[in-house]
Amino acid sequence: MNIKFRQETFRHDFTARNSPENIKRFPFPFHEDKYMYSVNMEPHVPAGPKGYAFENMIDVDEHYVAEMQDRALVLKEDPLRCQALPHMMQAQWDTLELLMEHQAANYPDHFSLTKNGDQWHWINRPMNIDQKFTFGDASTLPYEPMEYITRQSQGDFCIVDQRDGQLWMDAGMVTTQADWSLDFDIGMNFMEWHGPVPLAHQLGVFDRALKFLLNLQQGKPVRRLNWTMTINPRLDTSPENYPKWAQDRLTVTPENVGNKVHLRCELQSLWRLPRSNAILFVIRCYLIKMEELVTVPKWARRFHRVLRDLPPELVDYKGLTRFRPMTVEWLSKFDDGAPTSSGIFPD
Amino acid sequence: MLVKGIKSRPVYTGLGIDPYARRHIFTIEGEGVEAVLDQVKTNGSAFLATSEFLCVGTATRLEALKPHDLWTAPTIPILLYRLRAMLQNAKMGLRVYISGTEGFIGQVMQVAIECGIDFNSIRTEHRGSEARRVQCVHCKGITDDVKTSPFICTHCGLSLLVRDHYSRRIAAFQGVCIDAEEPGTAPAPELMFP
Ligand code: HEM
Repeated sequence: MNIKFRQETFRHDFTARNSPENIKRFPFPFHEDKYMYSVNMEPHVPAGPKGYAFENMIDVDEHYVAEMQDRALVLKEDPLRCQALPHMMQAQWDTLELLMEHQAANYPDHFSLTKNGDQWHWINRPMNIDQKFTFGDASTLPYEPMEYITRQSQGDFCIVDQRDGQLWMDAGMVTTQADWSLDFDIGMNFMEWHGPVPLAHQLGVFDRALKFLLNLQQGKPVRRLNWTMTINPRLDTSPENYPKWAQDRLTVTPENVGNKVHLRCELQSLWRLPRSNAILFVIRCYLIKMEELVTVPKWARRFHRVLRDLPPELVDYKGLTRFRPMTVEWLSKFDDGAPTSSGIFPD
Repeated sequence: MLVKGIKSRPVYTGLGIDPYARRHIFTIEGEGVEAVLDQVKTNGSAFLATSEFLCVGTATRLEALKPHDLWTAPTIPILLYRLRAMLQNAKMGLRVYISGTEGFIGQVMQVAIECGIDFNSIRTEHRGSEARRVQCVHCKGITDDVKTSPFICTHCGLSLLVRDHYSRRIAAFQGVCIDAEEPGTAPAPELMFP
């Protein structure tokens, strides 16, 4: 598969957008016309129409190169977005192996990995990287293994360690997050880092999710979809930079909703790592403009209904208060009240 | 943004003297003294013979009990400096106790954890003011003794809303710019943590 990588920006002039083909592969997060938190995990196996975001388990798309450039800019301004506690080195190597193997196997036109014992050779053509190194010897790479490979992989990454019947967020590369801080949360356990989430604790969602994850098996990854909304195609909506992006929320007008307002979907996958027994949590972020979303009639109808009927606690937590009414109004033009088919895929 | 009973905030369950510990290290700030006196009332004073006290603030009422050792530091950082050295050379059978304000408890815990002590094993009791130690999520600077929300970050000057989200590693609550959407519209500080 030969992907044509876009030249675009996720800041300042915000030139990022989706090609018509890319719209069709958007992982739309709503399987019905309403939304509430649940333990929404399913096996991470290929699904959907050909070319959908679930085709390859580590997805690479047309935004790859531009997203990696944006990540480099974030890290230059704020190195604290990438941190690993000292006991996570083995899990870092596990992560490097997983991401290199998947990208090389599924996108041979763009990546290749050759192994000769512990002598590895990695080629990343879109980024013009050719690296020989010794697996297990961090001094043979220009960065620590997690940072090295996640500077070349789309999505945010958390590596969680498993101890005392808990999961601990002990490493991560987090530059495209929906308003949470790795620097603040690193070292916390599953219940602690989910502390700010409303309603879900009381519903027992986190108790059940944790129990499930503690038994996650190697070779049987799982996925879930999470979502929020972002003004402009901005990847870095971190709390650190909140004063830089909060004002965007006030720039939405009835005329520019279609272009400014984005549905932000996180395709999250969870992988048991072989040597360290840690879990890799991949948070792959997809942005779609309202005017792109409504080109799929089913998604337009459904998102209108979801957003209109969203519980107030979620509106507040996701930071939608300022622009939700205007967006619901705009989307209503695309909802004729017709029934929608179940499931997330376009009709 | 305020979450009652948020899971990231530690629960301070009380000093509860461990009868099996061979050595007790108490770190006490201000009104934390009262928590120790309450223990003596309910459990007797036998544990004092194997107890060392590191205090900030007046500790004359503890001195009167004649514990094995008592030392008073002029400020918290000085107490932490000595504590670190003590814990680094510590042997098995040691139990750490902390009582005082939340900011003090957090900072002592931080040192204890860095010295390899399991945080679950540390006995804590919150005494004194509700004031919070807060980290600015933007500049990462920490401001101690925050009584209002919003408050002005002592490092970068932004007006910060104090959240309930708490980091044990940083020993602080999180502060987030309150008027980022419309700069200059920050509400007046309100006494929240007296
Ligand atoms: C072990 C991997 C996971 C990590 C590292 C992780 C991390 C996070 C973080 C950092 C947040 C933001 C919290 C904040 O506001 O500060 C969050 C939100 C959330 N997480 Fe997780 N999470 C994980 C797994 C799960 C699983 C398995 C579920 C399944 C139910 C889940 C459900 C949620 C929900 C419902 C939210 C709120 C999202 C929203 O409304 O935008 N998480 N997670």
